[in-house]
Amino acid sequence: MSDQNDPMAEIRASFFIECEELLEALQDGLQELDDGSEDPETINVVFRAVHSIKGGAGAFGLEALVRFAHRYETVMDEVRNGNMHPDSEAMKLFFLAADHVSDLVRACRDEAPLPEETSKELLARLDELLGEQGIEEEEEASADDFQPLGVAFSLDLPDMDAGPETGRYTIRFKPEQELFATGNEPQMLLKNLCALGEAQVNCVTTDLPDLDGLAPETTYIEWLIDLETEAAEPEIRDIFEFVDGLCMLEVTGGPDGPTPKGEGTPDDTPPVETAAPDPVTPDATPAPEPEAAAKPDKVVEMKRGPAENSKDGGDAEPRKAAAPAPKSVVRVDLERIERLVNLVGELVINQAMLSQSLDEAGLSPHSDAMNGLEEFQRLTRDIQDSVMMIRAQPVKSLFQRMSRIVRESSAAVEKEVRLLTEGEATEVDKTVIERLSDPLTHMIRNSVDHGLETPDERAAAGKPKAGTVTLTAAHRSGRVIIEIADDGAGINREKVFQVAVKKGLVAPDAQLSDTEIDNLLFLPGFSTASQVSSLSGRGVGMDVVKTSIQSLGGRISITSEKGKGTTFSISLPLTLAVLDGMVVNVAGETLVLPLNVVVETLSLGADDVQMLRPGSYVVRVRGGFVPLYDLGVMLGYRSQRKTDAGAIVLLISLEDGNRAALVIDGIQDQRQVVIKGLDDSFYRAPGIAAATILGDGQIALILDPADIIAGVGNPRGGDFMLSERKIANE
Amino acid sequence: MSDQAQTNDLELLTFRVADQEYSLDIMSVREIRGWTRTTPMPHAPDFMRGVINLRGTVLPVMDLARRLNLASQETNDRNVIIVVKLQGTLTGLLVDAVSDIVAITEDDLQIPPDISSEPHMSVVRALTVIDDRMIRVLDLAAVVPTTSDEAA
Repeated sequence: MSDQNDPMAEIRASFFIECEELLEALQDGLQELDDGSEDPETINVVFRAVHSIKGGAGAFGLEALVRFAHRYETVMDEVRNGNMHPDSEAMKLFFLAADHVSDLVRACRDEAPLPEETSKELLARLDELLGEQGIEEEEEASADDFQPLGVAFSLDLPDMDAGPETGRYTIRFKPEQELFATGNEPQMLLKNLCALGEAQVNCVTTDLPDLDGLAPETTYIEWLIDLETEAAEPEIRDIFEFVDGLCMLEVTGGPDGPTPKGEGTPDDTPPVETAAPDPVTPDATPAPEPEAAAKPDKVVEMKRGPAENSKDGGDAEPRKAAAPAPKSVVRVDLERIERLVNLVGELVINQAMLSQSLDEAGLSPHSDAMNGLEEFQRLTRDIQDSVMMIRAQPVKSLFQRMSRIVRESSAAVEKEVRLLTEGEATEVDKTVIERLSDPLTHMIRNSVDHGLETPDERAAAGKPKAGTVTLTAAHRSGRVIIEIADDGAGINREKVFQVAVKKGLVAPDAQLSDTEIDNLLFLPGFSTASQVSSLSGRGVGMDVVKTSIQSLGGRISITSEKGKGTTFSISLPLTLAVLDGMVVNVAGETLVLPLNVVVETLSLGADDVQMLRPGSYVVRVRGGFVPLYDLGVMLGYRSQRKTDAGAIVLLISLEDGNRAALVIDGIQDQRQVVIKGLDDSFYRAPGIAAATILGDGQIALILDPADIIAGVGNPRGGDFMLSERKIANE
Repeated sequence: MSDQAQTNDLELLTFRVADQEYSLDIMSVREIRGWTRTTPMPHAPDFMRGVINLRGTVLPVMDLARRLNLASQETNDRNVIIVVKLQGTLTGLLVDAVSDIVAITEDDLQIPPDISSEPHMSVVRALTVIDDRMIRVLDLAAVVPTTSDEAA
């Protein structure tokens, strides 16, 4: 077994992946119960999730996890049997226990030290909850009795509620060449199959040619297995999960199946194909099947009971135990997808290079080459979209993690907090989701700790004692918007201002608008505030949040209303890999602007530009005034020109409603660009979000329009933000 | 480094910057590339030449002459970019030309005299003499700025 790629580690890894899913189901179920669901199925889901984790953990000898899950399961069983009605206290405990299970799973996975203390405490609390009614039962089924017997689980889990029923299956299994090429061994599969019950394995060698005609790399052999088992069909198929698509597999028969032993597939049962027909021996047609089955040339018998097999075949079993109902999804290593994404990125760059050189060759736009190129571009784009879609994931798992943060932080500051989530199904690129976790955690803590008042204060203000934090995700114009809103007291602007003055961040006599004061929270200096509580203060570390959001190509803004609450809005690109961009020229440099902010292009007349005050200009567009910025000047490429008349201007508009007109020298193209991160470990260029590689191999910078509007032209400390925004607001 | 310390051997890549001779521990050098046009970064410190495309990744390039407060010279085709790796981060150093690779022992290194009036002396880790020429050994960590000292 060691000569293979350590199957145990692989199985273990897949157990932990399944645990993640089960934990998600557990959280969902608990949430539904908490929301007042009376559906017995919900309790069943919770129970089964815990049970499955326990089962898998047992097989791997993760005793701490088994012990805890077992007690948890016992309690849930009481609930399921109607012996216990969970009140809100119990629900809280259930949530805590679920968090703890996920901690244990993680600790086991990372082989980190287990949180024994919490285990003990929660176990005691669970026992308390059980009281007398459960304790006896608890004794007889104590965790010590629970032996890590891999094979045992496979039989009771997927159909727990239905009693075991013996069925007879006929399994036809023909490996394709690829099965061997990927290092799989049919013998292992057959052994595992035999472990499910009484099996008779026949090897069909009718296709086997004489030694002269034998092509060593071609597969000729197929197996017919008669299996009498209590397992259900999905379990049988699970055995072949690793070779899905690498073999021809038919499973017929079942609990009531009258399939006679030794016979081929009955004609009335449609054969199920899991693989493309073998090109060498196209036996996808049903015709040769009965024939091949009826008169096998040589018969190899492999008859083994489960006991004999438990030693070597057994370790493949427990993974099935934890398997959820079959879904038509493929689990793929993220690395493989990353590789694909990178390759597609290279493809896009190459396509840009090709189209540039074809362009320069001066071919007629109607030539075959150009038509072909167009098709190529379309295909590239489709491929890119599809690849991106693979990585898209709903934000649900992220939001679930946040509900845990709310539970923990509200307990720490002794406030009652309810988390509402909306738009859990909103899909965002996996990398974005992962990197959102930290900033969101921080902001949720902020909302709970500083956004919400204490219960007494709330009662005094005529609000319900329990505060509410709302977490929302939605798609808006090619970006994802995530909002964290609390119904607390709102930002205490006087206090914020005073703190900022004390820190020397603003002059004491500065006149700041409400928005400007709110934005003070994001200043780096503000984070050194002394008011650090057991969690984190609002403003404490918000600059870090802002930086991490910016590094994702996102923006964050605050709105706050006194007495009503505070809302943080994060706007993020859907993916970190590609961008629809407008390629423009500025002072001899090539720059890329995100296409979604560009509203229109204008050519400036001499009368269009008005001076607002020395150094700042506005342009009149459709009856309104929009601040005018010369990109070349703002980015320091050139000094102010005498006149902007005749210049080309891009009118851009951001989600927050801010508009600006950017003076550029020329527009090159609209195209998809592959985003390459800038290593800003020692220098972060203001106004620049990322870079991309052009068709000629040169690098072009991708602009961050919001940053530009916020005043890139004056990149000195935090105050530039305020002074420039003033212009934008006027 | 430890096995080098045993034999006391040190290999240096020597190069010229503004007609001065400098060197770097060859272990920190990843590759040497010919000069290509850099894309300037807005409002960057003046020693930042910009970024170039290094096989698909964006590589920041620093003008070593300006970084060392030496007279910066016009770039020409013979200029090279030395790609160095420091704590997992790649940086390009623009130099006039690469001269040689020399092997010396630790004993050949001399601690530079403490001359506070020379602003870039702190980036020189040691001095050595090769063929009667003085070669400065750069302290890469001091040359390549980190977030703490150069953040905008």
